[in-house]
Amino acid sequence: MQNALKELILQMADDALVLGHRNSEWTGIGPMLEEDLAFSSMAQDKIGHALALYTILHEHMGEPDPDKLGFMRKEEEYRCCQFVELPIGEYDFTLARHFLYDHAELIRYEMLVNCPFEPLAQMARKVRGELKYHVLHADTFLRELARGTEESKARMQAAIRYAWPYALGMFEITDADAQLAAAGAYAGEKERRSRWLSTVSSIINDAGLQVPEPDEAKAIYGGRKGYHSEYLKPLLDEMTEVVRLDPTAEW
Amino acid sequence: MYGSTNLTEQDAKRMSDTSAEDPQKLAEFEDRIARGEKIEPDDWMPAEYRRQLIRMIEQHAHSEIVGALPEGTWITRAPNFRRKLALIAKVQDEIGHGQLLYSAAETLGKTREQMLDDLLNGRSKYSNIFNYPAKTWADIAVIGFLVDGAAIVNQVINSKGSYGPYCRALERICYEESFHLKQGHDNFVYLATGTKQQREMLQDAINRWYRPLLHFFGPPDHLSAHSEKLMKWKVKLASNDDMRNQFLDQYVPKILELGLTLPDPNLRKNADGRWEFSDPDWEEFKRVINGDGPCNKERLAVRRYAELAGRWVREALMKPNDTYKVPLA
Repeated sequence: MQNALKELILQMADDALVLGHRNSEWTGIGPMLEEDLAFSSMAQDKIGHALALYTILHEHMGEPDPDKLGFMRKEEEYRCCQFVELPIGEYDFTLARHFLYDHAELIRYEMLVNCPFEPLAQMARKVRGELKYHVLHADTFLRELARGTEESKARMQAAIRYAWPYALGMFEITDADAQLAAAGAYAGEKERRSRWLSTVSSIINDAGLQVPEPDEAKAIYGGRKGYHSEYLKPLLDEMTEVVRLDPTAEW
Repeated sequence: MYGSTNLTEQDAKRMSDTSAEDPQKLAEFEDRIARGEKIEPDDWMPAEYRRQLIRMIEQHAHSEIVGALPEGTWITRAPNFRRKLALIAKVQDEIGHGQLLYSAAETLGKTREQMLDDLLNGRSKYSNIFNYPAKTWADIAVIGFLVDGAAIVNQVINSKGSYGPYCRALERICYEESFHLKQGHDNFVYLATGTKQQREMLQDAINRWYRPLLHFFGPPDHLSAHSEKLMKWKVKLASNDDMRNQFLDQYVPKILELGLTLPDPNLRKNADGRWEFSDPDWEEFKRVINGDGPCNKERLAVRRYAELAGRWVREALMKPNDTYKVPLA
């Protein structure tokens, strides 16, 4: 059970770190200053969540300190889904990912508020409140752009279609899944996926866009088992460019 | 300087000619400023006062958002969680300052869109210092400590000016900048007291930023077009040389006490308490201001990309029946 829990926390932390990294790339180039600020805020929250999760692994589960965990693992040791690894692309893809990912993230924390592992439950109760704002931001912009111009509507529809198989990949099942469910720690990815599908489908429909088929065969899996897209390695190389100059130095 | 009060000869001439203004209103306006009152957006003001303030606040706003670019590229490369979170928050603040300042300038009658257009077409400038590259992580320490330190000197002085919305924006900005300075100083000290490699990186960055930092406050007083009016109207509050001297006074000792050096054998404080230094090449300053610096093209290209790539988003959010509203200040 300890190992299954570790696995789950690592998945959550790596998702947050890598998507936080991507969101931070919008600093200075957003479609308007207000969106620069929004993505920068969300990046801070996500990187902060990653730090809190690595800290739990370090303090309660015997793992190395957060800086080592976050920055110094090999690519195949990361457990993020491939969805978060994709480059930011244009704002349409970034927004589609933000919408699809953050709903799934919020549901995951909601499913953990009564987790018997108290440090995680405690964090879930706190983070849930922050993520409500992320989701509010995503829903508002999705709705506005879906109802905006012909171009914005077409772009958002295309972006959701493109992102969809990757989004389904968020719910990849690992060996940890059944163990956590049996122990009553976390109800599992199948449950999360079904809740997510009903939430995002109703918002997408409401906005006047079409929900792609939730075809499991098309889901892009691999990340949870250490098989990543071509984009993760360069991201990690960039992230560790400075610290690798001298990993023993204090920065 | 962020919000430059440097005038061209032509500007200085226009400033001195207020013959088109109603003499009684002008006298009342000048009396109010002399009494230390703030001028608010709906108050009467001379056309040249409005024009110079727009130019200055707009330039300051551009400096914030362009200034976010060299630092922004290091967010993804910051060496640990603490530095990463601090840098991202800091750069976000800078963008927020831009937003605040565009709003302050808008109260004078120019929209944010017009200002951003003028940034891209070169009609309005931003601080020259951001046309230099941030080559290594140590540059982030130098920017966070010394460039922000220089900006604070400039902004604290400008916050005592006469235009209410600009002063209020600056007060808030200075408050946040004082935290930036702490994170910059912390990073600076870590590198200065770190390994040989870290110290060398930092020294190299200081050597490269020394001249741009001297340029930061603008040309020396004897080479600048001068306007009594700008001083009288409290748009300009201190001379370039005075601000530069204040900066050197505050920061040179802090650099030297860490065992670092400055690349200028003639840098010293004379008997009158004024700092002397070698000519920092004012021709280079002019060249860079006029577009021929190491990063001018790159900075504007990034802003142009942001404007073009984001256009469809802004158009989609525009409501056909919305009318333009000047922001509250």
